Amino acid sequence: MRRWHQLSEVAIEALIRLCGFSATIFVLGIFVFVCREAWPLWHNDAFHLSEFLFSIQWYPTSAVSKHYGVLAMIAGTFSVTLLAMTMAVPLGLGAAIYLGEFCPSRPREILKVLVEMLAAIPSVVWGFAGLTITSRLIVRYTSADVGVNLLNGALLLALMSLPIIVSLAEDALRAVPDEYREAALALGATRWQLTWRVLLPAARHGLVAAVLLGFGRAIGETMAVLMATGHAIHLPTSVFDPVRTLTANIAAELGEAPARTTHYQVLFLTGVLLFLVTFAVNLTAGLIIRRERRP
Amino acid sequence: MEQVAIPRRKCFVLLLLVGLTACGHRNGPRAQTLRVRGSDTMLILAQAWAEAYGQMNRRVAVEVSGGGSGQGIAALLEGAIDIANCSRNLKPEEAAAAQAHTGKVPQEVIVGYDALAVFVHRDNPLEEISIAQLAEIYRVGGRLSRWSDLGVRIPAGRNRIVVVNRQSSSGTYEFFREHVLANRDFALGSLDMNGSKEVVDLIASTPGAIGYSGMAFATPVVKMLRVRRKSGDPAFAPTLANVLAHHYPISRSLLIYTLGEPRAMVGEYIHWLQSPTGQQIVADSGYVPVCSGKDLAPPCGAGTN
Amino acid sequence: MSRFAATPQTRTKLRQESAAAGLFLAMLLCLLLPLFAMIADLLWQAAPALNWQFLISSPTHGMRQGGVWPALVGTLYLVTLSLAVAAPMGVLAAVYLTEYARDTWYNRAINMAVLNLAGVPSIVHALFGLGAFVYAAQFGFSILSASLTLAIMTMPVIIASSRQALLSVPHSFREACWNLGASRWQTIRAIVLPNAVGGILTGIILQVSRAAGETAPIMFTGAVFYKAIAPGTLLPYSLDEQCMALSMHLYTLSTQTPGVDPSIPNATAVVLLALVFLVNAAAIVLRTLIRARGRR
Repeated sequence: MRRWHQLSEVAIEALIRLCGFSATIFVLGIFVFVCREAWPLWHNDAFHLSEFLFSIQWYPTSAVSKHYGVLAMIAGTFSVTLLAMTMAVPLGLGAAIYLGEFCPSRPREILKVLVEMLAAIPSVVWGFAGLTITSRLIVRYTSADVGVNLLNGALLLALMSLPIIVSLAEDALRAVPDEYREAALALGATRWQLTWRVLLPAARHGLVAAVLLGFGRAIGETMAVLMATGHAIHLPTSVFDPVRTLTANIAAELGEAPARTTHYQVLFLTGVLLFLVTFAVNLTAGLIIRRERRP
Repeated sequence: MEQVAIPRRKCFVLLLLVGLTACGHRNGPRAQTLRVRGSDTMLILAQAWAEAYGQMNRRVAVEVSGGGSGQGIAALLEGAIDIANCSRNLKPEEAAAAQAHTGKVPQEVIVGYDALAVFVHRDNPLEEISIAQLAEIYRVGGRLSRWSDLGVRIPAGRNRIVVVNRQSSSGTYEFFREHVLANRDFALGSLDMNGSKEVVDLIASTPGAIGYSGMAFATPVVKMLRVRRKSGDPAFAPTLANVLAHHYPISRSLLIYTLGEPRAMVGEYIHWLQSPTGQQIVADSGYVPVCSGKDLAPPCGAGTN
Repeated sequence: MSRFAATPQTRTKLRQESAAAGLFLAMLLCLLLPLFAMIADLLWQAAPALNWQFLISSPTHGMRQGGVWPALVGTLYLVTLSLAVAAPMGVLAAVYLTEYARDTWYNRAINMAVLNLAGVPSIVHALFGLGAFVYAAQFGFSILSASLTLAIMTMPVIIASSRQALLSVPHSFREACWNLGASRWQTIRAIVLPNAVGGILTGIILQVSRAAGETAPIMFTGAVFYKAIAPGTLLPYSLDEQCMALSMHLYTLSTQTPGVDPSIPNATAVVLLALVFLVNAAAIVLRTLIRARGRR
C-alpha cells in the first residue's frame, strides 16, 4: 500500500509540474506564435517598417499599388483611449474616494456589487448600445455629422474601464494604514482634507497602477470600437470625427487575408504592436506597485 | 490508512467532456455538415437557402457564415469550407493561388443577380446620380465633397458629404471599385462598414450620408437613387425589371465557388439552389433570379414586379 | 453661546466636507446611471420579444423571427469545453507556481509574464486561435478550435486568481502539516486546496462570464452566422462542427441582418446580459459565503 502511495504521489507531482510548464508555455506561446507569423515581413521587399509606422496610406488590397501604413489607426487607438481616460479617471477616482471614505458600510457593499456588474458586461453589448443608443443621441444633440465617431467610442471605453479603475483605486486607498487616518483626524482634519492631503498622496502608487490598468483595458478593446467608432481611416481633427483603431482593423480584415500573404503578416505585426503596448502598460503598473512595497 | 482521493472536480469535468462528445454522436444518424462562407450581400440569401434546405433534407446541416467575399475565398483556398459565396468574380491571382496551393481549379456557378443600389437619407432632395459623379465622390483625389457641389441642400444644414463605404473584405467593395472607380483606389476617410445592413442603418440615421449596398437591403427609411451611365443617358432605378433588361448600370452576378468538382452532397445542394424552389427564394429575398429569355414562370415571368 | 456650539470655522469645514461628499457621490452616480439607463432601454426595446419561446426556439424567416436556442446552446458548449480545459490546467499550474517553484528569477519572470498576459487584447487571442488551431493544427473552423482559443484566453486569469487564493492560505497551516510528517502533495490536498477552493472557484466562475461574452476569439475560429439544428435536442453539436453563439448572434443581428424588428437583437442582448449577471451573482454569493465562513 505504501508503494502505491509513493507512486501516486510521484505521478501527481509530475502531473502538476507538467501542467505548470505547459500552461506557462501555452500562454507565452501566444507571443512567440504571433511574432513568428509576422517574421517573414523582415525579408519582404514590398514592406517597409517606416511606412508601417508613419504613413496613413492603408491600401492592402489595392489594384494600383499596395500600401501598409497604420499611422491613422495608431492615432485612432490613442485618441479614443486618451479621451476615454480623461472622462474615466476623474470619475473613477471620485467614485473610489466616495466608496472608500464617505460611504456608510451597508450601501457600500451594494454599490461595490453594482460596480462589479458593470465590469461583467460583455463588450459586444456595449458595442450594440453604442451603435443603437448613443450614436443616435450624438447626432441629435451635437453638431456631429455622424453618430459613430471618436466621442461615441470614448464614451463606451470610459464606461468599460471605469470598474477596473474604481475597484483598484478603492483597494489602493484601503491599503493606506489606519494610522495615517487616525493621525489626521486627531489633528482636526475633515474627511475632505484627510482625503486630499493625506490619502491620495499616500496611495499614489496604487492609484497610478489603477489608471494604467484601466488604460490597458481600453487600448485592447475590440468589439465595442469595431461597432461604434465609424471605422474611417484618417487622422482625427475633432471629437466628432469617425476613427479606426488597431484592434478594429485586425478584426475587420483578418478573415479576408489569405494565410501567409503580406496582408496577413502585416495584421499579425499589428497584433505584435498591440501586444507590446499592453504588455508595457501592465508591466509598468506592476513595477509601480512593487516599488511601493519597497520604500 | 490514507486513501488516495482523486480530485472530485477534475473527475466531474472529465466525465462531462466525455459525456458531451459521446452524446453528440448518439443523437440518431448524424447530419453531415456543409460549410458555406463568404459574401455579406448574400448572407441573408444563404441563410434562407440553408433554412429551407434543412427542412427539406434532414441529413444535411448547412453552416452559414459571412465576413465578406474575400473571407470566403481565403477559407476556400485553405480547404476549410465547401462553398464560397461571392458577390464579385474571382480574381486571376486568386485562381492561380488556388491552383498552386491545392492543385484544383475553382468552379463558378451563377445563382442570381443583384443591383448595387446607391442610398441616401430619406430627406435628401437628390434623386439621380451618374457614375462619374459617384466616382468623384469616392475616389482618391475626387472633387465632389459637398452636397452643394451636387446642387442639393440638406435640410439639417450639414453640407459635407458623409461617405459610407464597405470594408475591403467585401465583394461589394471590390465590385464598386472595379466598375465605378475603374480600379482606382478609394479615398481614405470614408466610414467603412462591416455589413450591408450597417451601411443602410447608418445612412438612415445620418442626414448627409451616401452609400452603396445590395438592393435587397433597402428599407422604407432610406432612399435609393436612380443611376445613369453617362451624362445624357436616362437614369434607371434598381428594380428587378431594370436588372433583367440590363438597363441598370451597376448590376452584378451572385456567384458560388467550389474547389474542383463538388462532391455528391455539395453538388446536390448547388443543383437545388438553381432549381425553381431555390430561385424563388432568391426572388423572395429581394434579389434577381437567374432567368433565361424564354422563362415565363414565376419568379422570372408572370407575377414579377 | 454654549461652549460646544460650532464655530464659524467648524461650520465652514463641515460645509466643505458635505460638498466634497456630494461631489464624489455625483461622480459615482455618473458611473452607475448610464448603466441603469442602458439596461432600462434594452429591456424596454426587448419587451415585445422576450418570452419563454424566445429562449427555446430557433431563428426562422431569415432570422427575423424565432428565438436564440441554437446560440444559447452553442455558448454553453463553448464555455463548458473551454473551462474544462482551462480550469484544471490553470489551477494545477497555479499550484505548481505557488507550492513547488522556488523563488528564482526565472520563476518570478514567469509569474510576471502570466499576469501580464491576462491583459492581452482579445483580438490577439483571435489571431493566435486562427493561426495555431484552425490552420497550423488543422482543426479547421470548429467548436474545438473556438473552445481552445477561449481556454488560452481565460487561463492566465485563472492562474493569477488561483495563485492569489493559494497564497492567502496562511503559511502556518502548511508548516503545521509538514511538522506532522506529511509530504508536499499531502499537505496541498488536505489543507491548502480545501482552504483555497473558495477563491479558486470564484475566479473560475468569473471567467465563465468572460468566456460567454467574448466575440472576437470565436468569430474567426468556430462561430457561425446560422446553423440549423434539430429542434428539441439538448446536445446538438459535435466537436468538429461550428456552432452559433449568443455574442456572435448579437453582433451579426445588429450588423448584418436587414429588416429585423429591433426587439429581437435587444432581446438577444438581454439574454446574454442575464446569463452573464447570473453567473457573476453566483460567484459573488459564493465569495460572501466563504468570507462568512472564514470569519467564524
